[in-house]
Amino acid sequence: MTGVRWGLWIIVGVTAGLFGLFAYQLTQPKDEFVESAMVGKQMPDFDLPAASATRPGLATGDLADGTPKLLNVFASWCIPCAAEAPYLEELERNGAQIVAVAIRDKPEDVDRFLTIYGNPFTRIGRDDISEVQLSIGSSGVPETFVIDGKGRITHQHIGDIRAEHVPMLLRELKEAGA
Amino acid sequence: MKKLISLIMAVSLLTPLPVTAQDTMPPAPLAYQQLDDPAQEAEARDLMHTLRCLKCQSQSIADSDAPMAGDMRHQVRSRILAGEEPEAIRAWLVERYGDYVSYTPTVSSTTWPLFAIPVLLLAICGFVFASRMRRRS
Amino acid sequence: MIAEIGLIALWLSAALAALQLLGAVAGVRDDKSDIAALVRPAASLQALLCAIAFVALLWVFAITDLSVKLVASNSHSLKPMIFKLSGAWGNHEGSMLLWITVMAVAGGAIALLERRLPEKTMMATLGAQAFVGLGFYAFLLLSSNPFERLVETPIEGNGLNPLLQDIGLAFHPPTLYIGYVGLSVAFSFAVGALLTKQVTPEFARVMRPWVLAAWIFLTIGITAGSYWAYYELGWGGWWFWDPVENASLMPWLAATALLHSASVLAARDALRTWTIMLGVIAFSMSMLGTFLVRSGILTSVHAFAVDPERGSFILGLLILYIGGALAVFALRANTVAEGKRFALLSREGALVVNNIALSAILGIVLLGTLYPLLTEAFDVRVSVGPPYFNPVGAIFFLPMLLVMMVGPLLRWRMDSPGRIQLPVMIALGAGFATLVLVFLFADVTILPWLGLGLSIAVGIASFMPMRGRSLRRAPLSTWGMCVAHFGVAVALFGMSADSAFQQERLVAADVGDVVEVGPWTATLDAVAPVAGPNWTAMQANIRVRHGDGRDRPAKPQSRSFWSPAQETSEVALVTRWNGQLYVAVGNQAPDGRWQLRLWWKPFVTFIWYGGLLIAFGGALSLVGRLATDLRRREAVRKGNERRQDMAELHA
Repeated sequence: MTGVRWGLWIIVGVTAGLFGLFAYQLTQPKDEFVESAMVGKQMPDFDLPAASATRPGLATGDLADGTPKLLNVFASWCIPCAAEAPYLEELERNGAQIVAVAIRDKPEDVDRFLTIYGNPFTRIGRDDISEVQLSIGSSGVPETFVIDGKGRITHQHIGDIRAEHVPMLLRELKEAGA
Repeated sequence: MKKLISLIMAVSLLTPLPVTAQDTMPPAPLAYQQLDDPAQEAEARDLMHTLRCLKCQSQSIADSDAPMAGDMRHQVRSRILAGEEPEAIRAWLVERYGDYVSYTPTVSSTTWPLFAIPVLLLAICGFVFASRMRRRS
Repeated sequence: MIAEIGLIALWLSAALAALQLLGAVAGVRDDKSDIAALVRPAASLQALLCAIAFVALLWVFAITDLSVKLVASNSHSLKPMIFKLSGAWGNHEGSMLLWITVMAVAGGAIALLERRLPEKTMMATLGAQAFVGLGFYAFLLLSSNPFERLVETPIEGNGLNPLLQDIGLAFHPPTLYIGYVGLSVAFSFAVGALLTKQVTPEFARVMRPWVLAAWIFLTIGITAGSYWAYYELGWGGWWFWDPVENASLMPWLAATALLHSASVLAARDALRTWTIMLGVIAFSMSMLGTFLVRSGILTSVHAFAVDPERGSFILGLLILYIGGALAVFALRANTVAEGKRFALLSREGALVVNNIALSAILGIVLLGTLYPLLTEAFDVRVSVGPPYFNPVGAIFFLPMLLVMMVGPLLRWRMDSPGRIQLPVMIALGAGFATLVLVFLFADVTILPWLGLGLSIAVGIASFMPMRGRSLRRAPLSTWGMCVAHFGVAVALFGMSADSAFQQERLVAADVGDVVEVGPWTATLDAVAPVAGPNWTAMQANIRVRHGDGRDRPAKPQSRSFWSPAQETSEVALVTRWNGQLYVAVGNQAPDGRWQLRLWWKPFVTFIWYGGLLIAFGGALSLVGRLATDLRRREAVRKGNERRQDMAELHA
């Protein structure tokens, strides 16, 4: 009988633990974002051609020129990317240097997008097969990375930038510059 | 089955399935193209079946039409073609996305119970069986 | 009006469930009590009322009564009738009503038919059934009312997701639900027997057919769901160890273990507490599965839309019922003697191994499914998938199969190795030969290799219990066991053969190109657009030929639905006795070529044939046992009559 009682207590314990876990998880907001594990690490090596006639392409060397930058991962076919365009411009007006990688995009589409929604970028790399996106651990568009002057990733913002994110990203940039 | 139930859920919860905007780019060269060497292709396939599609609901990149899954397949195949070891490719992805990207949990500080508990279960099974048998009159 | 009738019927059944519970409580105290006499009628009437409520829901869906909120948000006047009806359960509220209905009908059936157990035990059982039912009535009526009216009637409904408009899908959920909820009977019997300290062989015999019936539906449901995923997802996979799949597998594992332990209890009066425990666990797994799916804590994609209130409600029910059952168990476990001991080499010894292994597999599936949830609480995200479940599950599954070969051959109580030596040797020999042949002529990874050998061995061994018996006179339930075990071997063979010998070809093909995959030659003749009622598609017209055989058509489509906008891949399956050719067409490349995906999957169909054989074996067994029961009842009746006649004669 002691065997049965022991087994029973184990089952009761496990069940109670599970219920606790479920209750806890029910109260937690569920985010489906996959965070990059590259935050805090050096940008990997890459050299992308220009995605638009209006701006040069983007290579690793461009990200280690001493000035911290925002790296915006976007695409002309992505609706939230259009939604965040005004806030990227606001960031640029506040002195942020923004470079971009266009994912799976044709130059003419990128050009049209930039004409409509504005072009706050200094450089735009063309990533047709999501190579750079994969190598920095980004899992969707839009995402925005903060890169310090030495080419190290210091912060990742997933999803479109909204008004409330602007001061936060400026602060991250400032910290990256320090 | 999974898709079925998630569909029922999607419908029951009055949520349209997420309509993602489609890009117009052709898939990456090796997304839908097998490697010529069957041995290399087999290596790539085995690896792809154990990598998670980050944009899908629990599917491996080998089971998905998502463009990002296609790009990941291209990465895997092109790296295999370049002579990289499958486990090195997995490590490369884990370095970027964490353990989440790999369906094969490795023993680590966060996953050891996944391996300890089955061993414990095995021990308990053996113990229960032995004790029930020995106590026979 | 119809909707109101449904709602009233539902409230009345809830009231009857309350009455049933009260009566049962009185009945357990004193089975002569007046109110206890109401328990069985209450249960039967409840079944009737729930059926009326369910028919009312079907009715409002059939006539597309858009003033009912559920209809407006899930249906559309221009759908085919069959999908209007299936729309009734293709949503949360409707499926919960189906849940309640199955539960009430099962409870009513026990109340009407089951007279073999002591009345007090039956009272406790029906009381438990009513108690569990009440929680779900509360859930349905308070938070998920399916008959809610809209203030303003919309002109048209929202429609049903086009992908749900599939004939297989229409009947898949009810099948699974009957299985899930049918297990509530096992739960109630277990609680009833425990409360009244009547854990007897008779209890096991009474419970067994009910569990068997639920288990048959569960088996069919899982098999059909797997086939659906296989042809609908477009990449040839048939099991992904996805949380939602696991949620359906766990009750099945528990129910399978329960069926086997119940036969030990029925035949040998052993494994009493264990059987009770499994009865509780089986239905707990059904509820857990429902919780995981409905609360959305595991499936992240749709999580944002999930009502946390519903999740909390179901969690509350889980805690109440599982916690309650465990409490009863803790209080009463000591009063139930464990029953007889037995020898290693005996039927019950083998069944104990089966139970331990199935429970361990259940534990592993549970662990692997919930582990990501656990680490998420610590902000670590991990994925557990096939590379974990397959080998770890196999550690317990493969030895279990070995025992499955031997078990049915053994006698109860004790047996000698000599008696079963020959049949076991034949089966093992065949299995070993298979292993050697596969090893010599094919390059196969270890798990499929072992699976192939074991499936042959188990397949042969499964009919060995018939050796030396008159095939006609062997009981139907023995045939059922043999067929079900054979089904396991067939399914395992299909799984192993598919993993071991599958051939894959992914190509970009021009019209006129010839593609070879395994023994097949496929010619792409044309790609042309076709239009359906609510979709358009590009259809590839492909001629396929096996070896030198005749040409057969394969017409896969890449479909675009427009409401809601969604793309699906409609695969073409060309079936031979020894496997299937699986053809899917993807997008057009910029150079005009079409993406074709072809798989030659040897013996893949055996997976589902096996599943159906398992269910068929269960059905044979069920019919056999019911027939035996009827005969026994008849004999008892005749015996009584004769005794009465004798008594009269003497008088």
